[in-house]
Amino acid sequence: METLITILVGVLVAVAVYLLLSRSVIRIILGSAVLSHAIHLLLMVMGGLKKGGVPLIGEETENFADALPQALILTAIVISFAVTAFLLVLAYRTYQEAGSDDLQELRGFKNE
Amino acid sequence: MFTITMAIFIPFLAAIFVPFIYKWKPRAIGWFVLIFPLLLFIGLARLIPAVAKGDTISHTFQWIPSADIHFTTYLDGLSLIFGLLITGVGSLVILYSIYYLSSRESLGHFYVYLLLFMGAMLGVVFSDNMMVLYVFWELTSISSFLLIAFWYHRKQSRYGAQKSMLITVSGGIAMLAGFIMLYAMTGSFSIRENIAAVSQITDHVLFIPAMILVLLGAFTKSAQFPFHIWLPDAMEAPTPVSAYLHSATMVKAGIYLVARFTGVFGGDAVWFYVVSSVGIFTLFWGSFNAVRQTDLKALLAYSTISQLGLVMSLFGLGSAALYEGYSGSSVVYAQATFAALFHLLNHSTFKGALFMVVGIVDLNVGTRDVRRLGGLMAFMPVTFTIALIGSFSMAGLPPFNGFLSKEMFFESMIAVRQLEFFSIGSWGTLFPVLAWIGSVFTFVYSMIIVFQTFFGPHQPERLDRKAHEAPAGMLVAPSILGLLVVAIFFFPNVVNDYLLRPAMAAVYPSLSGIGEAMPKIEAWHGPNIALWMTVGVIVVGILLYVSFKYWRSMYKVEPLRWSLDSVYNGSLTMLEKGSTLLTNRYMTGYLRHYLIYIFGFFLLAVAGTMTLVGGVSFDFSNDSPIEANEYILVSVMMITGILMIFISSRVTVILLNGVLGYSIALFFVIFRAPDLALTQIVIETVTTALFLLCFYFLPEMKKEKPARSSKVVNGIIAISAGVIVTVLGLAVQGNKMFDSIASYFENAYELTGGKNIVNTILGDFRAFDTMLEVVVLFIAGLGVYTLVKLKPRKEERDLED
Amino acid sequence: MKINDVILQTITKVVVFIILTFGVELFFAGHNSPGGGFIGGLVLSSAFVLLFLVHDIETVQQGIPVDFKKVAATGVLFAVGTGVFAVLFGSAFLTQTFLTVNLPVYGETELATVLLFELGVALTVVGTVVTIILSISEDV
Repeated sequence: METLITILVGVLVAVAVYLLLSRSVIRIILGSAVLSHAIHLLLMVMGGLKKGGVPLIGEETENFADALPQALILTAIVISFAVTAFLLVLAYRTYQEAGSDDLQELRGFKNE
Repeated sequence: MFTITMAIFIPFLAAIFVPFIYKWKPRAIGWFVLIFPLLLFIGLARLIPAVAKGDTISHTFQWIPSADIHFTTYLDGLSLIFGLLITGVGSLVILYSIYYLSSRESLGHFYVYLLLFMGAMLGVVFSDNMMVLYVFWELTSISSFLLIAFWYHRKQSRYGAQKSMLITVSGGIAMLAGFIMLYAMTGSFSIRENIAAVSQITDHVLFIPAMILVLLGAFTKSAQFPFHIWLPDAMEAPTPVSAYLHSATMVKAGIYLVARFTGVFGGDAVWFYVVSSVGIFTLFWGSFNAVRQTDLKALLAYSTISQLGLVMSLFGLGSAALYEGYSGSSVVYAQATFAALFHLLNHSTFKGALFMVVGIVDLNVGTRDVRRLGGLMAFMPVTFTIALIGSFSMAGLPPFNGFLSKEMFFESMIAVRQLEFFSIGSWGTLFPVLAWIGSVFTFVYSMIIVFQTFFGPHQPERLDRKAHEAPAGMLVAPSILGLLVVAIFFFPNVVNDYLLRPAMAAVYPSLSGIGEAMPKIEAWHGPNIALWMTVGVIVVGILLYVSFKYWRSMYKVEPLRWSLDSVYNGSLTMLEKGSTLLTNRYMTGYLRHYLIYIFGFFLLAVAGTMTLVGGVSFDFSNDSPIEANEYILVSVMMITGILMIFISSRVTVILLNGVLGYSIALFFVIFRAPDLALTQIVIETVTTALFLLCFYFLPEMKKEKPARSSKVVNGIIAISAGVIVTVLGLAVQGNKMFDSIASYFENAYELTGGKNIVNTILGDFRAFDTMLEVVVLFIAGLGVYTLVKLKPRKEERDLED
Repeated sequence: MKINDVILQTITKVVVFIILTFGVELFFAGHNSPGGGFIGGLVLSSAFVLLFLVHDIETVQQGIPVDFKKVAATGVLFAVGTGVFAVLFGSAFLTQTFLTVNLPVYGETELATVLLFELGVALTVVGTVVTIILSISEDV
């Protein structure tokens, strides 16, 4: 299970990096969103998967799943939401002011 | 209770209130600010008797104990002199500036900067820890920058501010490196502990480099040759600032540093030669250049440089006392230090008064050009008297305090010839010669200040305003300084007993009783060589002053005309051009390039480390079993991800992203993380709504047609990043080196009363992280709000273009 | 974006209250079962977003005259404030404490200062999310 998820993480990272390297702002934002998905999964894997019960004391189980990565991911989810929202608005305002969402054009060059 | 630590922080605390008071009563702001240095001065003055008895006051509170950085304040004779100067001259300067600056100026800023400077300066002289000293040291540079650029609409002000900042801050960084070297040798940042440990480190390889670096800091701050070039340009600051920072206090921080570190480095030949010869040459060069200035403030700037050189050279000579421990000859050399401390004090009084006088003249008639001034004595009798006292004291004439310290200076210079160690030989004769020449020029420019401004023909047609005496309030501060100049001449031994002797003990902690060994200061000690030198200075000085217009053209001769300013300007331009060229090479303004750097570095670093360490081994034995539905979920996510690259319809891509998000939520359910699953679902919903909302305004994505080559590059980077992350992840799982710390949190119920372990981590165990996270979220929200709401209005937009 | 969708509006009136209640429930459940400040806040804000989607902004703002920026700021103040509060009592910054009391009807109840902290978190989340959505949608 861990191996499979790690491979999935690798695929998602590759997709995210490819999207990040493109010219359109929207693709870049999507790339960052996919990257954070991948990293959340990676954190999850690091704590071991399906090794214990839900981390709620009082459940009838002996050992709990590792709660630390879960807390980390919870924080990361919210932060990545904040970042995505900010980037989206940045892109939208850039488009309003500059009339383009193409980074190559925004830089001031017409063609590479 | 009054503690030294408090003394440092009072100006900073006062600075917080300045803007509010300024808003409430803009006219009273100066009087409000005046309270603080005055109180501090009184507080410090009350400590004089105790310190004179030999007490020292030290107070420590832990700041960064793991790095041996403590906030230790230390008061002894040396820091007390400086503390009194800072607060005393500070009070007078603030009193003067109340009348000097018109209420149209942004006084709020001015006084905040001034208080910042005062606090920083007190921090420099009272800190025992070198790291704390360094922080305050740079803070004085920064507040000096702000004050010089106070009239920032002038190009010259900005230039001067930048120049002083660049020179003093780079010196400060050199000093920091020196401090770190000292720490490497002794293992302590405390100056006193370093002095105590000095006998073990004199043979260390780093001893001389550390010394040179610390001296760089001192020389840049105290405007010693060849770093003196920033001081004349710093005169663009308002005159109270010049009087305070650039003559009485900040430039003396370098002197303080040299005095303080005499205990560490003194007794070494390199220290002796570098400090004394740089000082004596600065004395000569500064006074020589002062004579040709026509702007009174520039003249005073060069005169300050030269006087600082004088004090510096005396400290250099005085360090010889440490060469052979306590003996008869060491007392002789220590007298140089004694003279240095005395002159330091005297210089602050007469130079402060002179700066204030020049400020009054400038304000009243609208110029400081000696060629346009003249005959002001009849119009400004009080100002004239103060100028006379100040200049004659600077020239070294009786009955003013400058005469006493100048005599002591000559005597110390003559004593150098008898020096038998450091293989000085006949070079020792050079010191009194240069000192004498420098004093002759000092005499000449002192006379220029008095006679060209106040005597001679009055030229009302060349002045902007009609000359008249300054208001009484403005004359108070310079009058007090002028009175001090005379008073110290008549009662030098009061100063001697209460301030100088304790300070001597502080400079030479290893020579106990050195303070008591110092002679009484006397105005008349018979016709000795020093007196004849003074007579010679006066005679030759008068001759040179009278014949000035005949030899003036000497300044146009080649090597004397040179100025280091062109070197500074040239190297600054070169540096700017070079760095622009270099930066433009890689900062292309295109996000893709930057990301390629980042990912390229990531790949190299991680892959490189993994091959170097060779720790890549996999261990799949611990894997959990996989069920059919999980296979389906994984393959759905993979396909979705890959599809995202190829689809160019916006809405579809967003929905695919949503699919990824919800699948992860499902995984969180499978992996026993209900909190995460809930959060992920809600966040994914809100994010998708946000995307759709923004897309309403954004253009349709274009089908990207990049060049094949860049597509290949992107692909290679992307795939290798994926592979590296996978390998890294697998390697980490196969080799767990540490036990999980999660078991600690499983005691959550006993520790926090909560049963949800994840939430107790967020709210109880690691609440600090959560708090900062909330703040980040809030900042992002504010960022979005300002981005959307604050747009340049039509007219502003025109201005920007 | 004027939508005149009677069915959606009618259902929303009911659903919003269910979501709001659920959000509050999640918030209070947080210390012992899944839930907490983040989730509670997010669910609450999604209810508001739904309201803004179905009705237009002016109508909702007449009904709920709240400046959500201030809500967020209050939240941050709460979160930081509980930390400072602990310092005033001589503990380290952000130390939380709890006690269990027996209420007559409710039974054994746990009172924890972490609830105040979580309230701060929830308020910040609600304020920020709604501010973001509103800023964009008002900017037509």
